[in-house]
Amino acid sequence: MLGLLDDFLERRSRAHGHEAWTAVLLLAPAGIILGLFGIAPLFFAFQLSLCGGKFAMGGYVGFENYSRVLHNPAFWKSAGVTTYYALGTIPLSLTLSFFAAWFLFRIQYARSIFRTAYFLPYITPVVAAAMVWRALLNPQSGPFNQLLAGLGIPAQQWILEPRGIFSLLTGGWVSPEWGPSLALCCIIAFDVWHSLGYGMVVFFAGLSAIPREIEDAARIDGANTAQMLRHVTLPLLAPMILFLLIVGGVRAFQSFNSFYALSQGGARALGTTENLVIHIYSNFYEYGDWGYGAAVAVLLSGGIALLSIAQWRLWGARTSLQ
Amino acid sequence: MTKWPKYALLASTALLMVWPFLWMIGTSFKGLAEATTPSLSPWPREWHPENYIQAFQAAPFARYFLNSLAVSITIAGLVSLTAIMAGYALARLRFPGKRILFGAILATMMIPFEATLIPNFVLIGKLGWYNTYWALVVPWCANAFSIFLMRQAFLGLPEDYFDAARVDGCGHLRFLARIAAPLAKPAVVTVALFAFLGGYNGLLWPLVVTTDESMRVVQVGLTVFAGDAGVRVNLLMCASAIVILPAAAVYFAAQRQVQEGALGAGIKA
Repeated sequence: MLGLLDDFLERRSRAHGHEAWTAVLLLAPAGIILGLFGIAPLFFAFQLSLCGGKFAMGGYVGFENYSRVLHNPAFWKSAGVTTYYALGTIPLSLTLSFFAAWFLFRIQYARSIFRTAYFLPYITPVVAAAMVWRALLNPQSGPFNQLLAGLGIPAQQWILEPRGIFSLLTGGWVSPEWGPSLALCCIIAFDVWHSLGYGMVVFFAGLSAIPREIEDAARIDGANTAQMLRHVTLPLLAPMILFLLIVGGVRAFQSFNSFYALSQGGARALGTTENLVIHIYSNFYEYGDWGYGAAVAVLLSGGIALLSIAQWRLWGARTSLQ
Repeated sequence: MTKWPKYALLASTALLMVWPFLWMIGTSFKGLAEATTPSLSPWPREWHPENYIQAFQAAPFARYFLNSLAVSITIAGLVSLTAIMAGYALARLRFPGKRILFGAILATMMIPFEATLIPNFVLIGKLGWYNTYWALVVPWCANAFSIFLMRQAFLGLPEDYFDAARVDGCGHLRFLARIAAPLAKPAVVTVALFAFLGGYNGLLWPLVVTTDESMRVVQVGLTVFAGDAGVRVNLLMCASAIVILPAAAVYFAAQRQVQEGALGAGIKA
């Protein structure tokens, strides 16, 4: 069977001088799936976003859904939540995963044990790991408040706490509306913990690829560890940093599982843990407002595309110089 | 810096990273009273292995597992197949429009999942696939990242192998099936592993396209169970542990073969 098909295609290729028939055959399955469920829906989403009514049955309404989105305080609040989340997780996980990789690179023994320990959260399903964190953060039965009590700090509501972290830290000096809520900070901490191993593996691969001579040369020139990091290691790792920034940015704007699993049932801490994806999900699935959900999705996709291009431009220009 | 502080720092942070899992396993064996008393120690005073049986009885986890494993194994197989085929075509074949096609495939990596969520939900409805395995599997059985990874792997094979096979009368299809794909095994294992984990860990899509309890996958089942379990933290930790187990087992089984460098998608420092 395979043989016959192969012979047939070979004869075709020889007759035409290119291998388009074989290519069509090999690319068709992936192409159909990606086209049908990846590219076509983009246009369909835009079309849906122009339709009103429940389940988008109300016919064409022009850009009314977009206007509803932009005038909805809940949308702006969820955009704020996504922004805080991105600004919290990306720098934190980048820094921590870099230092994990850097220290790991500098030891001789038990490397694989440490690697496994750091990588373990990343391979566990987010939902299951989130259940563990929910139990740990439970205000009554969880050990976190017990830990705080041991330090003489009053018990906290953690994942249920809608008040801002800065307000809590300053004893109410800052408005509780300002900054991410403690509940959101719990989600940020969870995701940093969960994704740290990924960044570590990427950085470790980058560190392994740096030629030893470069570091030796810098040492001979009298560079100390901080100078080495600043002027040798980090510039050489710029492609990894760019990659992790883009991946981290796209992920931050798409994260759903940790938000859903950590704050489900907690009334989403008065909306302070409702990010854009949860906002889409609840309007689309819970309220049946398809047009509105599609409009948010279109705006969000445009935002992600712009962000990725901007990051690429900013960092790509610098990294190509190295 | 001497060695010991580095080891001490790494060991303490490593302990911090794995401690939630130790606590989960410990708590899953605790009795209800002990589990609901705040405690940092994972070590149970009294062991209750029957918690696991109770957790399995409290919700149809066996059914959830069957669904999840069927779905994620099928996805892993199909993703590997589509990626091997498309990756080979993009790496080795000469045909017009190759560059544009490759660019288009890479561009789908940038499309955020939530942009396609609602239209795909509508499409699945039109196909009559609600509450079926089709809905859970078909949209996920090809992805750009896997195709890219396989393309890189095939580009890395020496050209001579193909020339030699050609002399022996092999065309592209036979060469791919008998020589190229087996030689690219590490990449295939990597693709299959991440496709499996992606399928197994999915939450939003199964949440949306399945409502029937018999079609529920473990991640959805677990969030539902979290509501039902209420204060029975020990049972919830049993459920979490058994949900984590297949993912961890598959990862460790495949670990030797997996190219972790592939996570960075072939970025060179």
